[in-house]
Amino acid sequence: MTKSEGELTWKDLEIGSIVTEPGNASQYQTGGWRTQRPIHDTNKCIKCGLCAIFCPEGCIEPNAEGYFEPNLFYCKGCGICARECWTQAITMVEEEE
Amino acid sequence: MTEQRIGIEVSRAIAIATKLANVDVVSAYPITPQTHIVEDIAELVANGELDAAYIPVESEHSAMSACLGAAAVGARTFTATAGQGLELMHEVLYIASSMRLPVVMAVANRALSAPLSIWGDHSDVMATRDTGWIQIFAANGQETFDNVLCAFRIAEDQRVLLPVMVHLDGFHLTHMIEPIYIPEPSQVDKFLPQNQYPLPLDPNKPITMGAFAPPDIYTEVKKAQQVNLTAAKEAILQCWKEFGDCFGRYYSPVESYRGEKAKVLLLVMGSFSETAMSAIDILRGEGKEVGLIKLRLWRPFPFDEIRRAVRGAEVLIILDRALSFGGPGGPVCSEIRSALYNEDKRPKVIGFVGGLGGRDISPGGFKEIINRGIEISQTGSEREFEMFGVRE
Ligand code: SF4
Ligand code: SF4
Repeated sequence: MTKSEGELTWKDLEIGSIVTEPGNASQYQTGGWRTQRPIHDTNKCIKCGLCAIFCPEGCIEPNAEGYFEPNLFYCKGCGICARECWTQAITMVEEEE
Repeated sequence: MTEQRIGIEVSRAIAIATKLANVDVVSAYPITPQTHIVEDIAELVANGELDAAYIPVESEHSAMSACLGAAAVGARTFTATAGQGLELMHEVLYIASSMRLPVVMAVANRALSAPLSIWGDHSDVMATRDTGWIQIFAANGQETFDNVLCAFRIAEDQRVLLPVMVHLDGFHLTHMIEPIYIPEPSQVDKFLPQNQYPLPLDPNKPITMGAFAPPDIYTEVKKAQQVNLTAAKEAILQCWKEFGDCFGRYYSPVESYRGEKAKVLLLVMGSFSETAMSAIDILRGEGKEVGLIKLRLWRPFPFDEIRRAVRGAEVLIILDRALSFGGPGGPVCSEIRSALYNEDKRPKVIGFVGGLGGRDISPGGFKEIINRGIEISQTGSEREFEMFGVRE
């Protein structure tokens, strides 16, 4: 996409606003919806990966050390990961602004 | 090779039109008074006379949804419905037009429940007025047949790519046996090119149709849709011109009958305009300067043609076959009234609502409407509208 959605004029749209670029939903920052962010406590985490399975965004992945981390570009802050974690390793904290 | 003129029920002629147009997919749910159309198509497909997929479904909502899928892969797609069926399709109708899918649909215009009425009026159509479809009203069997053929060409025109409804009055047209010219397949092939949908669903070239639009793009999408539907008129006019050149029958958005120099004009849509013509003849015979306007193209609304057609008239009487409850009367009347509002010189617009739920209006009835309209305009007692033919 050369222009972002906010820059497109009505003349730039494909017929029926068809999206011709497959998979361009990955450019959509669902993280913008977030009011709370998950904080992972590596002392409590047992690296089981359950949070990654439950995350509706599929945005939690293990880092180099094997700890599971959310990608905040996509994380909507729904809190499901914090609710499901066995060891209460995840806490939801308010976004500052 | 010439056309053959045969006596045939209008519904069955529509089925023949879909066969001549070589439709690929038909999905429909039967409902009176549309039933004969889809029954005949099902039979053509079952007999191997029409090589199409006929998808029977459990509801009109599904019928229209199946049509969207078919049109999205580039298939020539047809359906038909009426009354409650059209209402059940309602939300999917918007999706067809905003996704620019060229579905063609015949609507056997029918009144809406309650109370249950299977008979004709325009309540069903008017509820779909703002769905973004091209809408054409046919006045007789030949017009219906011709405009079903035209509808495919208009819908699939690369400049248009919009769904089209062809409206025919329930029973007054659907169940009428009329002499209709049926062209040879080769003539239709010459008039109607293959459907070439520019961005069909194709696993080798993945695209996304019907994605979501956040607030920073939705308005742009709607503006594009509005411009597209308005501009479709050019393609519609060209299609009708070329249809006329091929078959000798020319159509226009607005048609005038003895309207030249008429002081009083009556405007009607659909099959009632044929009856109204007889009333005009009677009144002309009595020396009254009256004429008739038939409105054929309902969407995109032909503003210029309407303004031209009523120029010079002093009184414009409009009959609606639908009622906007608690509102300004009939939708046709209120749209034309507002289309004329900014004109320097404009006729007085007198609105009537009648012909509801299959109630007939005879030539004598139209005479009464015209005389009453003149009386209202002369006494200056015009209000939003009057209902015609109600027992008080
Ligand atoms: S569910 Fe809890 S313990 Fe398991 S990986 Fe996620 S944060 Fe660690
Ligand atoms: S808060 Fe919700 S979206 Fe964010 S990482 Fe946890 S489960 Fe995923």
